[in-house]
Amino acid sequence: MTELPVLFPAYPEIFLAIAIMALMMIGAYSKAENTLGAVSALTQVSFVVTAGLVLFVVGGATQLAMNDLFIVDQFAVYMKLLILLASLLAVTMSNGFIRREGMAKFEYPILIAFATLGMMMMVSANDLMSLYIGLELQSLSLYVMAAFQRDNSRSTEAGLKYFVLGALSSGMLLYGMSMVYGFAGSTQFNALANAFTADTGAHMGVIVGLIFMVAGLAFKISAVPFHMWTPDVYEGAPTPVTAFFAVAPKVAAMALLIRVLVGPFGGLVAEWSQVIVVLSILSMFIGSFAAIAQSNIKRLMAYSSIGHIGFALIGLAAGTEGGVEAVLIYLAIYLVMNIGTFACILNMKVGGRMVENISDLAGLSKNNPVMAMLIMVFMFSMAGIPPMAGFMSKLFVFKAAIDAGLIALTVIGAVTSVVSAFYYLRVIKVMYFDDPAEKLDSVESGAMKLILAVTGIVTATMIFYMPVVTDPAIKAASSLFGG
Amino acid sequence: MITGIVFLPLIGALIVGFFGRALGDKVSQIITTGLLMVAAAMSWFTFFDVGFGGNAYTVTVLSWVASGDFIFNWALKVDTLTAVMLIVVTTVSSVVHLYSIGYMHHDKSVPRFMAYLSFFTFAMLMLVTADNLVQMFFGWEGVGVASYLLIGFWFEKPSANAAAMKAFIVNRVGDFGFALGIFLIFVLTGSVEFDTIFAAIPAVADANFVFLGMEFNAITISCLLLFMGAMGKSAQLGLHTWLPDAMEGPTPVSALIHAATMVTAGVFMVCRLSPIFEFSEVALTVVTIVGATTAFFAATVGLTQTDIKRVIAYSTCSQLGYMFFAAGVSAYPAAMFHLTTHAFFKALLFLGAGSVIHAMSDEQNMMKMGGIRKLIPFTWAVMLIGTLAITGVPGLSGYFSKDMIIEAAYAAGSGAGGYAFWLGVIAALMTSFYSWRLMFLTFHGKPRADEKTMAHVHESPLVMTIPLAILAVGAVGFGAVFAGDFIGEGYKEFWGSSIYIAEANNIMKEAKQVPSWVVWSPFIVMVLGLVLAWVIYIKKPGSADKLAKSFSGLYAFSLNKWYFDELYDAIFVKPSFVIGRFFWKRGDEKTIDYFGPDGVAARTKDGSKLASLLQSGYVYHYAFAMLIGVVVFVTWYMLSGMSA
Repeated sequence: MTELPVLFPAYPEIFLAIAIMALMMIGAYSKAENTLGAVSALTQVSFVVTAGLVLFVVGGATQLAMNDLFIVDQFAVYMKLLILLASLLAVTMSNGFIRREGMAKFEYPILIAFATLGMMMMVSANDLMSLYIGLELQSLSLYVMAAFQRDNSRSTEAGLKYFVLGALSSGMLLYGMSMVYGFAGSTQFNALANAFTADTGAHMGVIVGLIFMVAGLAFKISAVPFHMWTPDVYEGAPTPVTAFFAVAPKVAAMALLIRVLVGPFGGLVAEWSQVIVVLSILSMFIGSFAAIAQSNIKRLMAYSSIGHIGFALIGLAAGTEGGVEAVLIYLAIYLVMNIGTFACILNMKVGGRMVENISDLAGLSKNNPVMAMLIMVFMFSMAGIPPMAGFMSKLFVFKAAIDAGLIALTVIGAVTSVVSAFYYLRVIKVMYFDDPAEKLDSVESGAMKLILAVTGIVTATMIFYMPVVTDPAIKAASSLFGG
Repeated sequence: MITGIVFLPLIGALIVGFFGRALGDKVSQIITTGLLMVAAAMSWFTFFDVGFGGNAYTVTVLSWVASGDFIFNWALKVDTLTAVMLIVVTTVSSVVHLYSIGYMHHDKSVPRFMAYLSFFTFAMLMLVTADNLVQMFFGWEGVGVASYLLIGFWFEKPSANAAAMKAFIVNRVGDFGFALGIFLIFVLTGSVEFDTIFAAIPAVADANFVFLGMEFNAITISCLLLFMGAMGKSAQLGLHTWLPDAMEGPTPVSALIHAATMVTAGVFMVCRLSPIFEFSEVALTVVTIVGATTAFFAATVGLTQTDIKRVIAYSTCSQLGYMFFAAGVSAYPAAMFHLTTHAFFKALLFLGAGSVIHAMSDEQNMMKMGGIRKLIPFTWAVMLIGTLAITGVPGLSGYFSKDMIIEAAYAAGSGAGGYAFWLGVIAALMTSFYSWRLMFLTFHGKPRADEKTMAHVHESPLVMTIPLAILAVGAVGFGAVFAGDFIGEGYKEFWGSSIYIAEANNIMKEAKQVPSWVVWSPFIVMVLGLVLAWVIYIKKPGSADKLAKSFSGLYAFSLNKWYFDELYDAIFVKPSFVIGRFFWKRGDEKTIDYFGPDGVAARTKDGSKLASLLQSGYVYHYAFAMLIGVVVFVTWYMLSGMSA
C-alpha cells in the first residue's frame, strides 16, 4: 500500500492556492462591473482565513510534510503571520491608487496573493528544491507587479530591470545550490546539516557554493552590493507596489536567509557570519550615505530599507539565538513603521495627482497637522529615537551583537544610525519649519485612515507592550535552534 | 528652630523669585523682609540658648552622599560659632532687606532683587551651619553665585557685568584651593565631617605629602589650600582685586555681602577649622602675615580714594586683615568678636553712605560733596557713630575688638606677631585718618556740589533710617555688652568646644598682660589720625593737594591701588585673551570644527554624492556590481582559506 504524503502542515498554503485559482476564475468569467472590488475583498478574506489556518489549525509544533520538503515550526508561523499581515495591508492600501492610475485590473490582488503564497512556501522550505520553487513563484509575481502600470515607461523599466537582475541572482542561487548538492549529495536541509558540521570543517567548494547562495538571497533582501536594483525599482514601480515590495518580500527573504544559514549551514557559522558582517556594514553605509542626496521620497525609502536590512543583518551576523530573535523583532517593527510610512506616501497627492518629492511635504504641519504628526512618528522611529518602536528594534540587534562580541560592527551601526538620522530628521524639518507648499488632499478612505492611525499608535506606544512581539520572537528563534 | 532659620529665607527667595512679578513689588518686599525678620528673631533666641545655655546640637536634615567611604549628611550644626554667625547674618540681612525697600523703590525689578538677597542669606546660613566641608563648600559657592548676581544686578551697565565676572573669576582661584584642601583632608582623615576630621587630625599631624618629589607636611598643605579659599572669599592681598569693583552693585548689597557677611566667611572658616590650623605652625604664620599685610595695604589705598563706597570697601578689606592676623596668632575669639562688631559698624557705614548717595542724587565722589551735615543730620549722626566705632573710640564696639586683636598680636611674641602688631598699629592710624577724611569731605567744609543737587538734598525716609538706627545701637553697644563673654574671662565657657586653641598658644590670657604702652598705642594713633585729618581737610583746606604733589610717587602708588589691577591685567588677563583667542580661532574653528563637525559633514555629503553616482541606472553596471561582490567574497575566502 502506497503511503500518501503528509499534507496536513501545508493546509494553509494549499487553501491559499486553491482560493487564488478560484479567484482567477471569478475574475476571468465574472461579468460584474466591479470585478476588481470583489476579487480584492475575497483576496483579503482568503488572507485572513489562511492566517487563521496557520495560527489555529496547523499550530506551531514542528512538523514535516511532503516527504520532508516542507516544514512548519514556530519560526514559520511567526514569519507567515507577518507576511500575511503585510500582504493584507498592501491590498487594502492599493485600492484607491490602482483605480486612479488606470491599473484597476483584477489580476493585481491575485498577483499579490501568488507572491504571498510563494513567500509562505519559502518560509517553510526544508529543501533546496522547495526553496527555489517558492522563491521563483514569489519573484515572478513581483516582476509582473513592478511593470503593472504597462503604459508608464518608468514602471515598465523598473519591471524589466528587476526581472533581468532577478534572473541573474536566481542563476547565482542555482549555481550555488548545485555546488552544495555536489559536495553533500543531498538537497534536504537536515541531510545538509549533518554533512556540514563545525567539526568536519568545510571544503572550499562548499564555501563557494554557500557564497553564491547568499549572494542570490542577498539580492532579494537588497543587501549591498546586491542592492542596485532597489532604488530604481522602488522609484519606478507604482507606489502601492513599492509599499508591498518594501515589506513582505523583505520579510520573507530574510526569513529564508535565516533558515538556510542557521539550518543546513548552522555548522559553518564561523564562515558565513563574516560574509553577513560585510554585507551588513556595506548596507548600513550605503543606506545612510546615499539617502542623504535623495529628493524623491520613494527613492529615500529604498535606501532607508537597504539601511534597515543592514541593521537587521547585525543580528544575523551574531549567529546566536539571541541574534535571530533580535532580527525577528526588527522585522516586525520594520513592517509596522514601513506600512505606516507608505500609507502616508500614498496619501501625498495634490488635486488628485500623486507627488513624490520631499519638498512637497513643506509646511505639512500647518496644512495637515495630524498627517505631519504621523510622519514625524514614523521618521523618529526609523531614525531609532526613543521611545519609538524603531529604537527598541535597534537596541535588540545591538545588544545581540555586543553579546556575541561584535563590538566594531555595533559601533559602525551606531555611527551610520546617526548619519541616517540626518535625512529622517530632514523630512521632519521640511514639514515643520519650511514655508507651506501646495496643500495635500485629505486622506482618501476610511480603511487608509485606520491603517495610518493603528500603525502610528503602535509605532509610538509599542515600547509599553514589547512582549507582544518579543515573546513570539523568542519562541520562533528557539524553534530554529532546536530548543 | 534652626531648620526654620535656614530655610525661611529660601522659601522667601523661591516664592518671590518665581512669582514676584505676579505678586508685585510691595508683597514681594513684605514676604522676604518678614520671613527674614522671623529668622532673625529666632537666631537671637538660638544665640542666647547656645552661647549662654550651652545647648549646642546638630540637626540632620537628610542623607546627602553615601558612596563607599564617602558618607555625609545635610546636617545643621549649631554651636556658639554658628550662633554668632547666625545673629550677624540674619540681623544685618533683615535690616538690609528693610533698608532696600526704601533704597530700591525706584528700581524696576524689585522682586528679583529681594529674591537674590534672600537667596544669598540662605546660602550664607547654609555655609555657617554646615557640619561638613562639602556642605560648607555648597554654601560657599551659593554665596558666590548670589554675590555674582547682585554685583551684576544692574546688568545694563557694562561695568557692573565686568565687576560681577571679575568677582566670580577671582573667587574661582580661591575656590580651587578650597576644593583641593577638602580633597586632601578627605585623603588624610577619610571623612569630610567636622567631628570626624577634628578627632582624626592629631593622629595625622606628622603625616607627609609628597609633591613633585618634595615632602611637605600634609596638614600644612591642606591648611594653606583651605586658606587660599578664605583669601579669595575674604579679599585678602593677592585675591582682593574683586572687592572694590564689587561696589558696582547696589549699596545694600555692598553692606550685606561685601562688608558684613560673605567676605567674613573666610574668617569664619579659619575659626571653624581651628582644630586643624592649630596643628600647623607654618599655616598660622602665613595667615598672620597675609592678614597683617592686607590690613596695611588696604589702609594705604583707602587714604587716597575719592569714591565714598570704595573708601569703605578698602576699609573692609583692611579690617578683614585684622581678623585674619588675629586668627593667625590663635586669638580666634578676638577674630570672631571683631567680625561681629565690624558687621554692625561697617554695615552702618555702608548704609549711611547709601543714604548720602541717595540724598546727593546718586553722586559717589566725595570731592563733589561737603557741607551737607545740616541738611541730613540723622545720616550724619549715624555715620559719626560708625566712624567712632571703626576708629576704636573707647566704649564703642570697635574699641573692644580691635584693641584686643592688636594686643593679642603683641602678646604672641613671635616674629609674625610682632610684624602684625606694628602693621596693625600703623593701619589703625591710617584707618582713623581715612575714616575722618571721609566724614570731613562728605559732611563738612563748603559744599562742592552744584546747586541743583544741593537743593535736592533730603533726609532718607523712615524705612531707611530705622535700619540705620538699629545698626547704630549695635555699633555702640554690642562691644561693651558682650566683650566679657566673647573675649573676656568667660570666653572658654562661651565658645565651648566650637573653637580649639592649643595649650601652647594661650594667647587669650597673655593678651591681658601686655605692657600699658601697647594698650595705649591704638588710642594714641586714633587721636593722631583724627587730628591729621582735621588739619588737612578742615583747618587748611587745600593742603591735601600740596601733600599729594610733594609725595607724588607715593600718592600715585596708593591712588592706583599698588597697581595690582595693572599687574594682573598684564600677567593674567591679556595672556588669557591671547591664549583664548588662539584656541578659539586656531584650535576650535580651524582644527576641531574643520576636521570635526564641519569636516565630517562635508565628507558625508561627498560620500553621499559618490554613493548616488554609483547608481547609474544601467542594468549592466548593476549586474557587474553583483558579480564583483561575489568574486570579492570568494577570493577573500580562498585567500583566508589558504593562509589557514
